[in-house]
Amino acid sequence: MSGMETFLEMGGHAGYIWPAYGIVALVLAGLWLASRRFVRASNAELEDLNPRARRKRGSGDEA
Amino acid sequence: MIHRFANPTRFLRLADRIQPWAAGLTVVLGGAGLYFALFSSPADYQQGETVRIMYIHVPSAWMALFCYTALAAACATALIWKHPLADLAARATAPIGACFTLLALATGSLWGKPMWGTWWVWDARLTSVLILFFLYLGYMALNGAFDDPERGQKASAILALVGFINVPIIKFSVDWWNTLHQPASVIKMGGPAIHPSMLTPLLLMAFAFKAYFVWVLLMRMRGEINAMKIRAVRLRQVHAAEATSADAGAATGEAR
Repeated sequence: MSGMETFLEMGGHAGYIWPAYGIVALVLAGLWLASRRFVRASNAELEDLNPRARRKRGSGDEA
Repeated sequence: MIHRFANPTRFLRLADRIQPWAAGLTVVLGGAGLYFALFSSPADYQQGETVRIMYIHVPSAWMALFCYTALAAACATALIWKHPLADLAARATAPIGACFTLLALATGSLWGKPMWGTWWVWDARLTSVLILFFLYLGYMALNGAFDDPERGQKASAILALVGFINVPIIKFSVDWWNTLHQPASVIKMGGPAIHPSMLTPLLLMAFAFKAYFVWVLLMRMRGEINAMKIRAVRLRQVHAAEATSADAGAATGEAR
């Protein structure tokens, strides 16, 4: 058995270890993507609603 | 001090400076943590390779408790001092905490099956963490359940504060009750009872998760600040429209 296969086998516990790492990667990536979408959508909505906000945000003098 | 960052613009400027560092630390610490967790650490003499689940399970569980503590602190700040950003911080924290709690439960289950022979037991530690998950969901549901956002904020903040009693219960559940779950081995009197070769990936992953929390928290707070501004603009528009129609009404009244 090659070194890679031994690694992937995880001493016979591959069926538990890889799903555990997989779900962590999936949930954390999913939350990150959802949060980025939230920021972008709210940025766009704010600029649609108030075109002056873009200028104000650039100069940083907004109250 | 507490009101120094009450100004969203000042807060956003600070967030702009912190966010790239948080992102970089998440990637670097996470990469190093994964390398040590999967390649460069030994299998446990009793648990074999399944000990590698610890490096994601334990940091997730720590973050679940950390986020709830942060949530409760933000809610208290919002209720007591009416700090304008505290409610936004609480609302931004809750989904992150819920995700880490879900991960602690899921990875724990995947670790429990090969080690304890069961996916789940209704013992003190597991049940109290499940309650923590529902507290996060309850907070988020209640926060958005009212037409008047301020009422939702107040009701959900009170729920979060009452639910904080669950945090020490989770922490000490392994000492107070009989449980399958092992007691603390890192944060305990007399120093950690864990070999450095295993402590290294554990701490690296823990700091990576913390950096991830800061990164996503700042992103979400930015979105919440935008949402607050959108609400304010909408409200102004409604008031302006009402004023115009009132003027028009008065004008027709005069004409008659």
